[in-house]
Amino acid sequence: MIEVTARYFAAFRERAGRDKEAVSTNASTAAELYGELARRHGFADSMARCKVAVNDQLADWNVRLTAGDDVLFFPPVAGG
Amino acid sequence: MSFKITAQTIDPDALKRALVADAAGACVTFEGWVRDHNDGAPASVLALEYEAHAGIAEQEGARILREALERFAIKAARCEHRVGKLAIGDCAVWVGVSAAHRGAAFDACRYIIDETKSRVPIWKKEHYRDGQSGWVNCATKVGG
Repeated sequence: MIEVTARYFAAFRERAGRDKEAVSTNASTAAELYGELARRHGFADSMARCKVAVNDQLADWNVRLTAGDDVLFFPPVAGG
Repeated sequence: MSFKITAQTIDPDALKRALVADAAGACVTFEGWVRDHNDGAPASVLALEYEAHAGIAEQEGARILREALERFAIKAARCEHRVGKLAIGDCAVWVGVSAAHRGAAFDACRYIIDETKSRVPIWKKEHYRDGQSGWVNCATKVGG
């Protein structure tokens, strides 16, 4: 088990009803953590269309998480 | 070379002045405006609200501008994107490129706006005439 902070943006934030939360998880990668949180909050977007950042840097979904990480979940982007 | 997220009104004339160079014979600019419809009925959208992660958006945006500079024979490029609530007709995004010749300027401008739309963490919420709202491109529904 590690403790990380999950941060949500746009549709994810509104769906979860919060912009961040402390999470205790067995997930070892960002992808596994997204799966866990998507089930918890009802996020319906496939990971392939979303992005993740760890400690304010865009990251690969397979990045390994370590205790204390700040994990930012970005729903599909729609600039322009 | 600058990519900026801003809550202020975009000033195309001021942005364009920064592209001027003696060696530039072409300047191509693109403005994205808020329109009154998207996928739904005509004139169904009242306003748009843009949100960004400014730090990561500007990092990724700067990367896109560097890529454009490497791929195309251009002199300068910049992009500014609004956040906050915008009304119909407002300028949401501005891209400008200067180059010796028009071909590279057109190509680089197109590259920058296309990559910005697909890669930069910016989100758009539509507010509809019927009082509903929705995040564009998202399968995750709010309050559903």
